[in-house]
Amino acid sequence: MHMNEFTQILLLFFSTVLVNNFILVQFLGICPFLGVSKQVGTAFSMGMATTFVMTLTAAATWLINTFILEALNLPFLQYVSFIIVIASLVQFVEMFIKKTSPVLYKALGIYLPLITTNCAILGLALQIPLNNYGFIASVVFGFGAGVGFTLAIVLMAGLRENLEFGDVPSALKGVPITLIIAGLMAMAFMGFSGMISV
Amino acid sequence: MMKSIYLYSLLSMGGLGALLAAGLGFASKAFHVEKDPRIDDVEEALPGANCGACGYAGCSSFAEAVVAGDADIDGCPVGGEEVAKKIAEILDVESSSSEKQVARVLCRGGNKETKKQSKYEGIESCKAADLINASEKSCQYGCLGYGDCADVCPFDAIEMNENGLPEIDPEKCTGCGECVEACPKNIITLYPISKKNHIQCSSPESGSVVTKICEVGCIGCGMCAKVCPVDAITMEGDLAVIDYDKCINCGLCAEKCPTNTIEFEGKKVKNIEITENCVGCTLCAKACPVDAIEGEPKEQHEIDPEICVKCGICYDTCNVEGAIKVEYE
Repeated sequence: MHMNEFTQILLLFFSTVLVNNFILVQFLGICPFLGVSKQVGTAFSMGMATTFVMTLTAAATWLINTFILEALNLPFLQYVSFIIVIASLVQFVEMFIKKTSPVLYKALGIYLPLITTNCAILGLALQIPLNNYGFIASVVFGFGAGVGFTLAIVLMAGLRENLEFGDVPSALKGVPITLIIAGLMAMAFMGFSGMISV
Repeated sequence: MMKSIYLYSLLSMGGLGALLAAGLGFASKAFHVEKDPRIDDVEEALPGANCGACGYAGCSSFAEAVVAGDADIDGCPVGGEEVAKKIAEILDVESSSSEKQVARVLCRGGNKETKKQSKYEGIESCKAADLINASEKSCQYGCLGYGDCADVCPFDAIEMNENGLPEIDPEKCTGCGECVEACPKNIITLYPISKKNHIQCSSPESGSVVTKICEVGCIGCGMCAKVCPVDAITMEGDLAVIDYDKCINCGLCAEKCPTNTIEFEGKKVKNIEITENCVGCTLCAKACPVDAIEGEPKEQHEIDPEICVKCGICYDTCNVEGAIKVEYE
């Protein structure tokens, strides 16, 4: 029984990372996916920051949803409360990074505060009550979403770094080829669908 | 029941907001990063329009770049000299003479002065007309007259006049360069506002071609280049081009130009002489671009009328009241 629960959690994690990847399958968070995927290093840092915010968001929104919104029967306040929580968390992460790593702060630039408006985060927060996850499952779901985000953005950055040396037809240079690659990656990730069903 | 929903909503969201605000307030103290106080000072001195004309994302990133030494103190085209001076004061550096730049269209051929070869009935935009190579005027280099520059100007400094040419108000122009970018014919240039001579033609065609299609086009006679006392004008093929850095605003080129292509905006000096008030400081002799002034130190200087080009620079440099007498036309 105990083992079974653990397997469930593990399955949830992998299904979030691969099968229901936030970027490539659900098409959430495309803005930073295209904006910060020029270098693998920066992309990875962005992924880490997003993972951090997503994990905390999952925990915080589960608590708020369960103990405030559901307890007081106020489900219509989900959007409002989740947005405040996400905005505050991002502010906090921004201050934290600014203090601890000015270099990273510069590299992430405008995309760091823009995590606030990253629809992947709000999407995550709204999916938790929809799926009726418990606390642990919510945190794993949030963490898995972040890992999936990091995976997608780092893969994209790796491809784009190599693309710099590629012989791209001039009409496709820049954004067009990036969007084509994103589409191909999305198709590849859709190959995972049906592999795990939770 | 309804009342309690309002009450609970207000209390829960208010409480949540207050809690997060307190947390963030605490975090901002705990994670406070000391930054150069001059950045805030510089930002305050800037106009705060966040227009991006400096090439940075906004006034605050420009302020950071200035303090870091990555941007010039006169990098704000909107604030101009005034702001550059303030920034220089804050950073305690010399303000390099950052003269205000303004835009000018290098074409004088409006509807009256030019011949037409076709009728364009497409979209009323220079860019669109240029894409299909449709110039109503026979001149392929001149102003198209659909006012892309006037449309793009963020400061309303450009208006199209009745003659179909843009008129730029140097008072309103900030030298941001938007119109320079927008002009598909590339005939708008930025020049320092103190400069008064402008060769307003961009056609490199030979004189025989230009005379047929435009009354005010440069025919490449080279008179201006010959008469210029400081060699500020060079002939690039059949087009005269002025180097604003060298120009001394004497207006001789405009006087000589047979086609009236060159505009002189300054006041033309009619007569200039040094009076007995001269103390012989030699400043004027040093400033004279054509070495027309001679005289021993501490004695009254004299202007050689043969050499003098009546640019008035000596009058501007002289520090002694009444030492140089000037009459304008």
